[in-house]
Amino acid sequence: MIEALAQYTFLQNAFAAALLGAVAAGVVGTLVSVNRMSSLAGSVAHASFGGLGLAYAASFPHLLGALLFSLVSALGIGVISLRYRERADTAIAAFWAIGMAAGLVLIKLSGGYAVDLMSYLFGSIMAVPGRDLILMGLLDLVVLLFVAGFFRELVAISYDSEFSRVQGIRVGLLFMLFLCVVALTVVMLIRVVGLIMVIAMLTIPPAIARMFVGRVGRMMAASAVIAAVLSVGGLALAWYTGLQGGPMIILLSGATYLTAFLVRGESS
Amino acid sequence: MSVNAVELENVTFSFSSGHPVLRCVSLEVEPRDFLAVIGPNGGGKTTLMKIVLGLLEPDSGRVRVFGRPPAQARRHMGYVPQDTTFKRDFPIRALDAVLMGRLQGIRPFSGYSRQDREAALERMSMLGIEDLAEKKVGNLSGGQRQRVFIARALATDPDLLLLDEPAASVDPSNQESFYHLLGELNDRITIVMVTHDVGAVSSYVKTVACLNVGLASHGEGLDHGSMAEAYGCPIELLAHGVPHRLLGEKRDLEGDVD
Repeated sequence: MIEALAQYTFLQNAFAAALLGAVAAGVVGTLVSVNRMSSLAGSVAHASFGGLGLAYAASFPHLLGALLFSLVSALGIGVISLRYRERADTAIAAFWAIGMAAGLVLIKLSGGYAVDLMSYLFGSIMAVPGRDLILMGLLDLVVLLFVAGFFRELVAISYDSEFSRVQGIRVGLLFMLFLCVVALTVVMLIRVVGLIMVIAMLTIPPAIARMFVGRVGRMMAASAVIAAVLSVGGLALAWYTGLQGGPMIILLSGATYLTAFLVRGESS
Repeated sequence: MSVNAVELENVTFSFSSGHPVLRCVSLEVEPRDFLAVIGPNGGGKTTLMKIVLGLLEPDSGRVRVFGRPPAQARRHMGYVPQDTTFKRDFPIRALDAVLMGRLQGIRPFSGYSRQDREAALERMSMLGIEDLAEKKVGNLSGGQRQRVFIARALATDPDLLLLDEPAASVDPSNQESFYHLLGELNDRITIVMVTHDVGAVSSYVKTVACLNVGLASHGEGLDHGSMAEAYGCPIELLAHGVPHRLLGEKRDLEGDVD
């Protein structure tokens, strides 16, 4: 594989994309996990399919469409859950399904049969163009700057939003900004594992990390490292078996989580 | 400072469902008072506390904390929420939880300073929990966790400490020392505590108020029986000899019941 890696640009790009995705997945996934927001992340990922459909029908860049819909759904769910907490669950389910339905209808209307859209559902890590890597790198930068800039406040609102408000923190504003960062991360990971499996990339590495560390910052670092190892490992497995990259990353992640759970339990 | 720590004037609040949770509640809390607000579950105690904190806006009525609207008085308030609201599995050390009390608004790209850490540890040692600093909050006992959250509230250097059901997680054998601690803090700090557990009201409490949405029956000639009926306040508590207040229309009907 090392020789192939030296030889093929697509393979180099695949590993680069996996590593870039792992950084955002670990850092944002940790906050998603401690806030128990994995279904929200899943909803945002699936809603982005509507944007992909729109971009396909209206012929503009696919990822732009995905980003548009993921941002709208994230902010929509955010507003609803801040105003009417008990409706959050409904909003999550609705955006999830409506996004998928809109995507399918838009593809059909555009007369397509869009094979390449399938790659967004299941990922296309072996076919990441170079310019997407630059975009992913920039998104990583945005995510890291955001989390580094507001680290104390993000931990505080995640742990105890009411106390944070009494401390003068604008919880709603920061929460909405965080949801935008989740949306960015989701779109970035669609390239790697596909929108159906994004939720696993965001939840499994932090779930493994929290068995070993007891602080949010360390959990972010550990999650990013674990996500990177699992992504690279999954890609290697895919290369040797001739199977798909995204699904192999997820299967390896699932098996690792199960093993860690059995060995370690829910300690720490 | 002669201005009242808390002043509520005819405060009414209802959730979107429309059913009033608080009706025409008026209350004055003097500086250095130790007020226990008692009443049944669903009587609006937590809502009252959140209105004082500025977390909820009343439908009508006036709220002042040290003479200012709650949002402008937040620096003076330390809040100890109900223990049940915490995420037990959250990865956070006791010290980091206490450090939250040092936050003041959003300050991008800044960490906790050395002074913040010293202040947090100082509050923790005051409460006898400095050796728990590195422990995960979720792994502490109920009483230890309670002290962590009091330390956090004290880390804000409050003039007013607001506690929501503080006794719920303290096991009975530790209650006396817990109230002794609050009593000591009360030398410097005004304390308002809400509880449904009337047995929790101790001799350190200076004033008791009963809250059940609002005043159901009022006027002269209140006797222990009708009061107990209206507010769910037990007779023996009313006989404690502490100033007893009713929250509701026509301002507080203050006076010793005995």
